[in-house]
Amino acid sequence: MTPTQAPTTPTSVDTRKRALVTMRGVSKQFSSGTLALSDMSLTVEGGEFVSLLGPSGCGKSTALRIIAGLGDVTSGTIDWPSSRINSKGLPEGDISFVFQEPTLMPWQTVFGNVHLPLKLRGISKSAARADIMAALETVGLKDFAEAYPRELSGGMKMRVSIARALVTKPKLLLMDEPFAALDEITRQKLNDDVLRLWQETGITVIFVTHSVFESAYLSNRIVVMKARPGRVHADFPLVTSLERDAHYRTSEDYRQACEKVSTMLIEAMGGEEH
Amino acid sequence: MANPSEKAGFLNRDILLRTLIPIGVVACLILAWQLIILAYEIPQYILPGPVAVANSLYKDWGTLAPALWVTTQITMQALALALIGGVGIAVFLVQSKWIEIAFYPITVILQVTPIVAIAPLILIYAPTTQVALLICAFLVAFFPILSNMVQGLKSVDHNLLNLFDLYGASRWQTLIFLKLPASLPYFLTGLRIGGGLALIAAVVAEFAAGSAGAGSGLAFRLLEAQYRLNIPRLFAALVLLSLLGVVIFAITSFISWFFLHRWHESSLRREN
Repeated sequence: MTPTQAPTTPTSVDTRKRALVTMRGVSKQFSSGTLALSDMSLTVEGGEFVSLLGPSGCGKSTALRIIAGLGDVTSGTIDWPSSRINSKGLPEGDISFVFQEPTLMPWQTVFGNVHLPLKLRGISKSAARADIMAALETVGLKDFAEAYPRELSGGMKMRVSIARALVTKPKLLLMDEPFAALDEITRQKLNDDVLRLWQETGITVIFVTHSVFESAYLSNRIVVMKARPGRVHADFPLVTSLERDAHYRTSEDYRQACEKVSTMLIEAMGGEEH
Repeated sequence: MANPSEKAGFLNRDILLRTLIPIGVVACLILAWQLIILAYEIPQYILPGPVAVANSLYKDWGTLAPALWVTTQITMQALALALIGGVGIAVFLVQSKWIEIAFYPITVILQVTPIVAIAPLILIYAPTTQVALLICAFLVAFFPILSNMVQGLKSVDHNLLNLFDLYGASRWQTLIFLKLPASLPYFLTGLRIGGGLALIAAVVAEFAAGSAGAGSGLAFRLLEAQYRLNIPRLFAALVLLSLLGVVIFAITSFISWFFLHRWHESSLRREN
């Protein structure tokens, strides 16, 4: 018995409903022999906020890296139907990645770090200035453009990392447990920021997390994964009529969402030796 | 609470003390040296006093200054070549695992072979003594720069490498914008070690060349002074060599500070 349901997109804007990424029967085996992913299929459409949730070792980060075009698949196919594909067979310019660590270059200022994706495309500092400042403004760091990463707090570094991801105006934002290392208060603040960003820009987000509460708060679709080997256990939408804000956190909708996600996660972990 | 100007005042006093204390200690040692010479009436040919050394430095400046210039030149040229060679070969070595497996052992052999042992050979094959000295100093200074640089190039944050891949960076872009800046702290460590070693190797090579009958660097003047039992001049040459070493150390430390002080942990004052 699999509780998998057909993925649905709750957003009403039909123009957004274009598949951005499609995985078909993807398996990934590492050179060590570990089977990280087994026969995983997933289609993500424009405008979705998908959380990949699961116990550690379920391959959620591996799946995200494959979606980003980092690393080959052992079998199966991955396709980015609405992206330009470059000579290496990878999507160009439409995908951004936010890692668990801020992954900033310490020798560059905040401005230089956010400039990086554009610099690699050959866009000069002066030509990129407006875009960089706009991205920094989105994350509330306009006044810190000339600061070095070491001068910033953990949460601010993460914001710089998000600004860098946004500066190319991507269609798809991939986040790999981006706030796992932050304290609860900073984390909630950044969760709200990401939600606001998603609502305002219509960007598609795939968010890897191991937090039931984070995924239930943020996403309109949840993919629960199972470990050893990594595969999809459940895939369901989370619909609410409520605004996702501080009120939502105490609402019955949120409680039910958490309960549902939690149940699915326990199911996914069932039969596993601890 | 300290206001900014008080803090600046404190910093100035700190810097002043940091400068005055070591100078004071050296001055006291020199004074003690002179007093011991006077008290025990030690003859100059055994141990000259600081006054005699200073006197010789002044009197023999005509001989010592050109020698100092020669040694400085050889050291600096060797260091410059070692920088170019060390960085260049390090970049070449990390291009692929097989290149590194094939070539790294050769560089290790060059390094572990004692330089004095190959100096006579180099003296035979090199067109001039100057070139021979340069080759010796280069071989010694080159290795710390190479090994530090290889280490640095291989220690780049994997997530940053992934990020560069994700944005479709070329090999060249990854090298210029990521690998080279990321290995800067390692490179500068190599530079500080290499700078000191270049001088040592220049002196050792000059000893070897001097015994072969040619040379005009400081180390040769030092040997010459010893043969003539002109001990004050020997000390004067020694003083100049250590001053040269100190200057090289100061310059390489400054370069290191200049490139790292804004961002690297090693150059930051810890505040708790």
